[in-house]
Amino acid sequence: MNIAEKGFNEDFQFETPLVPKRTRLQEFWLVFKQNRLAILGLFIFILFFCCAIMGLFMTSGPDPLFDPAMIRLQEKLRPPLAKPNLDSLRHEEIPCLGFYLMGTDDLGRDVFARMLQGAWVSLTVGFVAVGISVLIGIFMGGIAGYFGQHHIRVDHVLVTFLLISGAGLVMAHSIRFGAALLCLTLAYIFYSFFTQNRSGEKSVPSWAKVFRKNAVSVDTMIMRIVDIMLCFPSFFLILTVVALLPASIYNIMIVIGLTSWMGTTRFVRAEFLSLREQDFVAAVKTLGAGNFRIIFRHMMPNAIAPVLVSATIGIATAILTEAGLSFLGFGVPPPHATWGNILSDGKNFIFDAPWLTFIPGIAILIVVLSFNLFGEGLRDVLNPKLRERH
Amino acid sequence: MANNNTLISVQDLKVYFRTGHECARAVDGISFEVRKEETVCLVGESGCGKTVSALSILGLIPTPPGEIAGGRILFQGKNLLELDEEDMQKIRGNRIAMVFQEPLTSLNPVFTIEDQIGEAICIHKNIGAVELRDRCIKLLKDVGIPSPVQRLKDYPHQLSGGQRQRVMIAMALACDPDLIIADEPTTALDVTVQAQILQLLKSIQKTRSMSVLYITHDLGVVANIADRVYVMYSGIVTEQGNTAQIFHDARHPYTQGLLASLPSRSKRGKRLYSIPGTVPNPAYKPAGCPFHPRCPHAIPICGKEYPKMCDYSQAHLARCPVLFKNKKPGPKDYALVIPRGDLLC
Repeated sequence: MNIAEKGFNEDFQFETPLVPKRTRLQEFWLVFKQNRLAILGLFIFILFFCCAIMGLFMTSGPDPLFDPAMIRLQEKLRPPLAKPNLDSLRHEEIPCLGFYLMGTDDLGRDVFARMLQGAWVSLTVGFVAVGISVLIGIFMGGIAGYFGQHHIRVDHVLVTFLLISGAGLVMAHSIRFGAALLCLTLAYIFYSFFTQNRSGEKSVPSWAKVFRKNAVSVDTMIMRIVDIMLCFPSFFLILTVVALLPASIYNIMIVIGLTSWMGTTRFVRAEFLSLREQDFVAAVKTLGAGNFRIIFRHMMPNAIAPVLVSATIGIATAILTEAGLSFLGFGVPPPHATWGNILSDGKNFIFDAPWLTFIPGIAILIVVLSFNLFGEGLRDVLNPKLRERH
Repeated sequence: MANNNTLISVQDLKVYFRTGHECARAVDGISFEVRKEETVCLVGESGCGKTVSALSILGLIPTPPGEIAGGRILFQGKNLLELDEEDMQKIRGNRIAMVFQEPLTSLNPVFTIEDQIGEAICIHKNIGAVELRDRCIKLLKDVGIPSPVQRLKDYPHQLSGGQRQRVMIAMALACDPDLIIADEPTTALDVTVQAQILQLLKSIQKTRSMSVLYITHDLGVVANIADRVYVMYSGIVTEQGNTAQIFHDARHPYTQGLLASLPSRSKRGKRLYSIPGTVPNPAYKPAGCPFHPRCPHAIPICGKEYPKMCDYSQAHLARCPVLFKNKKPGPKDYALVIPRGDLLC
């Protein structure tokens, strides 16, 4: 084959030199690496994560390695690193390290075991609560940002109100009246659905046009709900709700999640307002994508960066809130240890046994600080405008 | 007007934008048609309603503030304005695709180009992952991207402007549409790349036998690729005809002004012509002919009567009765006169 033939070969193509390949993660890591404090935060975060997961396995089950509920009254208030008095303990009561790494509390329980158990509680509370709040926030913010200019009609507001009050009446045992209300409302929904499908806009009588008027825009409604939620002093709201609900760790997660979604909503809405006007959204629309696909597949990944950052810092806040609730006695019920209730149990002995307050306090401080540092590093990475040029 | 060969025909389309008390008549009764396997150009300066008419074909005018005040858009016999959102989504990308002006911002920065081209296919067709990948590679090859297999995993920021526009074209081609609307696809590119992209569009149109509706303000591009041209001014079509008629035999004073303001070799060293005045605000258009305040041939009636389309010959129409009456007869009149003379002799 001579050169001319080779040149006319269809498969032959000139190779342009390629840009060195780096994935997004590698690029992020390059920037992230330069922030020493963020690296420290990430390191502590990973350590905490490992501790919590190991702690879960070592403190649960029928015969745990560290038993956080083991009471040894004769060994109470021993300082950290104290050797147990082997004569007075039965074999299974001897701590598995051979000494009390973090001392014992007023009932002689091993504080190290309790801290391990509490780490898992803090971790799950942090992640689940923030997960709930981020999900709600993204959903509400996405709708407010993307469908914000749409209007809710008067009849929509009325129908919602009637549905809620009907359901309320049924729940309040006046079943006959409530059911009638519900049926009426459902009938109206079906009626309006069918008339809409037949596009019978002309046949609407004039008195019914009041119902067709635009009441409020979606954006206004959602953002005013956010404003109302922000007006509540949320810690006291949580206290009230927790006092009404049965004490359980899941209730606390849900309540913290439900009272902290407003920030995320605002972030996502702001991002969506600017993303909605971007050319690539219009381009995806011309490809025939539906609203759902546009919002969740194309806009969400572009809006997620500030959400991630606020979520990281939100985890720290959630851990703090849970610790605060437990400290006040509204948190996780007693036999289960959390950092908050270790702290609260220890405050009675703060002069006799300062480690009971210092150890969980410092643990909370370090974990919260590490999350904040990590979140700040993440923000620098994800927001190129804030990056310092090196 | 609509024969079998017509792919899409826009008839008397009116798109208004209401803001507060004002009503901007962005598109004020335009009619045009694109035939099968034809390249049609919409030419006009910024704000004359080119893009709005393209978007209303795809049903993407934001309502409110936009409002389609009248007209029909017949695509393969169906009126697109009467379809609901679901049916429109089946047409967008599948039967009519669009290429945008800014390749830099029209690609989603967080996805690889494989994802994006693949999605363009996936929205309308249900095919397996391996086949999808093969089609992506084939599309990239078709639009002339070198080493397409390596490029699949690239993000938009790793590509140059011309390559991104090629990717956009590949996405538009993904479902083999009948019509591609290209909204100034070369405006953001430099001249050499522009020539390549135009060449690409031309060759694709030939090999795939599609129609192209090309929107531009660049007369050079028009001369290069168009079969037929519609010149728009302030929301109306002022002149229409094939490329030769528009460039060599312009009948509307606006088209004549546009052509006169092109730089050319014969005008070297001289001052370039410019049309005096500015484009009217779409909310406050002059009565009568929208061009008359800037028109050198304007007479009092221009400010009162909305000009009619005047037929010069062979589908060459211009919306200027004044020139039609006063000037020398167009080619059609020759065609009518000469045979008669022959007969008489």
